[in-house]
Order: sequence, then structure tokens, then C-alpha cells
Amino acid sequence: MKKVIMGNHALSYGAMLSRAQVIAAYPITPQTQVVELLSEMCADGTLDAQFIKVESEHSAMASCIGASVAGARAFTATSAQGLALMHEMLHWAAGGRHPIVMGNINRSMAPGWSIWTDQNDSLSERDTGWMQFYCGSNQEVVDTVIQAFKVSETLMIPAMVILDAFALSHTYEVVDVPDQALVDKYLPPFKPAIKLTPADPRAFGGLTGSEHYMELRYRLEKDMEKAPALIEETGREFGKIFGRDLGLIDAYMCDDADFLFVTSGTAGYTARVAVDELRRSGVKAGNLRIKAFRPFPFDRVREVLGKAKKAAVVDRNCSYGAGGIFYQEVKSAVYGRPGMPPLFGYIAGLGGRDITTDSFKEVAADALAKDRADEEIVWIGVKK
Amino acid sequence: MSQEAKKEKKYTMTLPADELMACGHLACQGCGATLAMRYMLKALGQKTILCIPACCWAVIDGPYPYSSLDVPIYHCAFETAASTATGVKAGLEMTGDTETTVVAWAGDGGTFDIGIQALSGAAERNEDIIYVCYDNEAYMNTGIQRSSATPYGAWTTTTPVKHFKTRPKKDIVAIMAAHRIPYIATASVSHPEDFVKKMAKAKAIKGTRFFHVYAPCPTGWKSRPDDTVKLARMAVQNAYFPLYEIENGDKVTVNLKLKDKKPVADYLRLQGRFRHLTEAQVAAVQTGVDERWQRLLKSAE
Repeated sequence: MKKVIMGNHALSYGAMLSRAQVIAAYPITPQTQVVELLSEMCADGTLDAQFIKVESEHSAMASCIGASVAGARAFTATSAQGLALMHEMLHWAAGGRHPIVMGNINRSMAPGWSIWTDQNDSLSERDTGWMQFYCGSNQEVVDTVIQAFKVSETLMIPAMVILDAFALSHTYEVVDVPDQALVDKYLPPFKPAIKLTPADPRAFGGLTGSEHYMELRYRLEKDMEKAPALIEETGREFGKIFGRDLGLIDAYMCDDADFLFVTSGTAGYTARVAVDELRRSGVKAGNLRIKAFRPFPFDRVREVLGKAKKAAVVDRNCSYGAGGIFYQEVKSAVYGRPGMPPLFGYIAGLGGRDITTDSFKEVAADALAKDRADEEIVWIGVKK
Repeated sequence: MSQEAKKEKKYTMTLPADELMACGHLACQGCGATLAMRYMLKALGQKTILCIPACCWAVIDGPYPYSSLDVPIYHCAFETAASTATGVKAGLEMTGDTETTVVAWAGDGGTFDIGIQALSGAAERNEDIIYVCYDNEAYMNTGIQRSSATPYGAWTTTTPVKHFKTRPKKDIVAIMAAHRIPYIATASVSHPEDFVKKMAKAKAIKGTRFFHVYAPCPTGWKSRPDDTVKLARMAVQNAYFPLYEIENGDKVTVNLKLKDKKPVADYLRLQGRFRHLTEAQVAAVQTGVDERWQRLLKSAE
């Protein structure tokens, strides 16, 4: 059924259709409508779930972990400071192999207080062992939540479904809300092989010496390495049922492009408009929107970049002292590979500053004028 | 009655015979916390799940892949005993298990200090869990650093003799009573029948139930391992750690009324951690204990 809904409600519908059984969440702007709608769904019986109204995000993730290890499907959502407060528990959820799905609304980290978007909150959690999906539309949000549960529960690795504050969280779009019966066909109930139960008493997460710990982390990495293929496989399966394939990347006009933007989130859709305009002015441009950041889609990124002559990575984040984070990752993906184009790194849109088609044209003009990147970061739209 | 039957009658069991805790655990000699666990499991039985944060028991249970307990355990983060247990209970209920008792089992540091926010949140929501704080009055697992459960006068590795702790122990029971949860009890490893009886009572109650269990620690208290039960008993009998219950935040019942309340000096003198206290300081401890005891009796009237 088609509905006009905001990005936050797309997360709520995703959790509802996935039949989340335990939701533990704490309110933070701009995530609030996610949990408001879910609490209504739990109250009126639309969703048969327990909603734990915890006193902090740290407790939200701890309660999700408890619910997950008890055998229930668990969901939460947060943003920025809340995600940072959860940090310890993010390691716990991944290290303990609890397939929780969480929505994160990309919001800038304080200080100064900002409720507007950039990606430093979720990218700071890059190494926690969670899968990360950066969404570009409300349709992609609702679809990805459902897919994320399927992938997570297969690999026993948690997943974050990420969307931009306001640019998506509060923006209303037409969304084809999947039919519940079809979702049930796609996503079976969560049945973990082992769980907390007196019928089979086990100790989870006890003291682990150096003779065992490394193998636990090796297995986590090995299972994470299975994720790219599984995301594509379950994405095609999703496409067969719902008519929308879900992949690791979204390549727009990339096949014959000389010049590529590499983007993520809603900026990836703005970039499409810039690509169209550039093509009208004679530049064979394309846009590679990276959706899965963890696992990093090395093969797909190399395939697309290998066909281009130049690529400009536009980051809505900054690793201070090292530059744009997607830029670093893309560089590491192409390093030492023959036939890869020169890369250029740009930072734009921090703290919710708009990234417009003009921003992308400025990026294109800069990159097209150079043979190689002569500085680590070119700032777009900053008052120097 | 035959001689044998008479002899057998002498040994009436006052505690359930079931043993859900095995030998081979990693506790120090004379550990009060192990007795507390053993008695609790006797009361609760096998349909119990434990959430254990960082504390002595995170180690005592045994390293992966071993466990000395015959109940499932989730080893959780330091400050998350209450919030993890909350999630476990919700998860069990959503998957059809409404019978199993979920216990958050934490030390004093994980309860009085770093875990108090999650505990307060769970209690305010009246989550259907039993929270047990086994109190050995310092961060014993990390090497005897002071916590807010450390009493006045005690030496710890972060309150050296020249700068011993001068603030009183935090009144965790009063804090929990202020949440008006259905059931709160203090218990001591020196009084297992009382402990088991109250734990069995708590098991039948729905909502948040809180136990404050006194668990002497020879390693941290600098006491003899074979004095553990004796010290715990002295603390009950001199009102240093009285046994009582609070129902719904205000109905106070003193379980052991002390007709002949003993002086605290004897108790303090058996512990190296109080060795430096002067007579005046011991008298100050006695005054504090007397005042708390009178307040407790008054609240129970």
C-alpha cells in the first residue's frame, strides 16, 4: 500500500512489518517519531511487542541485548549523542553476536548543540562490528530494515539502518509499504540456535582467555566477510517479491561515465540531479552511492571506479587529522589496483549545511581542473 | 522410635537440598559472595536466569567454556545488570516463557555506583526482575578500591590509612524504598534460613524486588577466611547490618529484633581494614549504628 510517510515512520513501519518483539528506546531529536509511532503500535496491538521505555540509550541497547539473547527479535533507534552513549554496548551486541537492528538518524555531535545532519556519529562506530546501511530515501529505509533483520539473523551480526536528520527523518515521501503477508514470507521468525533458557543452561560472554578470544573475533570477521554476498542475494530475493532490488551500492549513470561522484545518504540523490545537469553540459558524469559501508563493498566499488577516469568522494563527515572517512575507505579499496582513477576528497554539509546541486558542480569543476588531488581535503561551502 | 530414626530427626533440613552451584569455582577462601549465590539458587531453583555484570562473580563462575552454576548466565556490561535483566525478561515473555525468574546479580560497585541509573530506571518501571546486590563494601574484584558502599573508617587501596573513608556508606535500601517497589529485603550469609525464606517470598511477587545481601570478603576486609560467617553474624547482631524487609516502599518489618545488641568494636577489631581506628572513631561508628537502628525500629512501628 502506498503511503506518504516521513523517514522516521519508515523506520517504525520497517520494525512493525519485521514483527519486532522487544523495542527498548530512549527519545532523542530527531529520532523521536520512530519510537512515538512504535509505542502507539504496541499500545493499540498493531504490533505484538513489548516496548521498554528505558532511562537512557545505554540501557536501551543493554535491554535489546538481553531480549535478543533470550530469543526475541529486538529493535531500537537513536541518534548522535545517544549512539555515542551506547558505544560500549555496540561492541557488546556485535561481540556477543546479537542480531539487533537499530535505526540511527545521522545528527552532528555536540558541542555546539546541533540537531542537524552529518555522519560523524555513526562513522565513529565504524569498528564496533555492526553492519551499516546508509539510506537515501524513505522507501529504502523501510525495505532495508526488513532486509537487515534477515541478514543480521543469518549471520548473527547486528545492523544499523542510517538516515540523514531532517533531510530524510522529517521529509515526507511516497513509500510503498510492503504487504505483511509478503514480509512474513520473506522474513521468517527469529529462531537462534542457542539462547538463554533454563532448558539448556549456558554461560554467555564469560571470562575469555587469550587462548580463545582471538578465534571469537576471527569468526566475527569471517562472518562479516560473508555479508556482501548475502546482502546482494537477499536483496535480489526482496526484489523478486517486492519489485525493488536491494544492493550494496547504487550506481547511477556509471557505466559510461568518465567522472564519478562517490556519495552516501540523501546527498547521493542530490548528486543524481547534478549528474543530469553535468551530462547536459557535456560532462559524462555518474554517481556511485555507497549504501553498505560495513561490510565495505570493495568489489562493487572497484568495478564501478575501474571504468571511470576520475572520481570525487564527497564526505559529510571528517576524521580530524585524516580527512573524509568515505574518501579514506575508497582509497584503501583501490590502493595498488591497476586501472583505478585518481581520487579527490571533498568535505561538505557538516552540521546540516545544505549540499546542493551547486555544491556538486563546484566539486566537479575542481576535480576536472586537476590531474591529481593536491590536498587531502577540499572543503565545499565553508566560510574560511 | 529407633535410635537411628531419632538420630536422623536431629538433622532436619532447614534449607532446600538442591545444589545448583558446583565446586570448582574460582572464589577466594572464605568468600561470602559464593555463599550468597548458593543460598539464592536454593530458594529460586533451576528455572532461573542470571545477568551478572563485572563483579567478583564474573570471575568466580569460571572462565569460558566453564561455569560452576547449573542455571543460564548472561555476563553483561558493568552498569547494565538491571537493564539487561529487563530485556531478558521481556524477551522470555515474548517467546512464551512466563515462568522463569530473571535475576540481576551484581556487586556493590555495580549497584551503588555505576549501575544505579539502570537500576533506578528498572525499579521506577517496576520491571519484573529480582535484583540482588551482594555487598562486600568495595571494588574487590579490581583490587579493593573504595565504592560508595564502603563504610566510614574503612581502609581500601584508594582510601589509604592516612586518608581513610570519612563519608558514610550510601543507604541503598532507602534509595530503593523511595522507588516504592513491591519488595525489598536485606539478608546475610550468616542467616541462610532467613535469606532463603525471603527469597522464596520474593519469587512469588511480581515486579521489581531488591535484595541487599551482606557478603564478607576476607581478601578485602583483611579478615580470616574462617571468620566470614562469624563476621556476618556479628554485623546482624550488633545492628551494623540489620535484617529487615520493606514492602511497597513503606511497610517495614524487622526480621531479627535484637534484645541484646552487641557492641560494634568487637566486629571492627576482627578486620584489618579498621585496625587504624582510634577509640573515639570506633565510638563514632557505634553512634552511627545506634542512630540507624533506632530509625529502623521507628520506621517499623
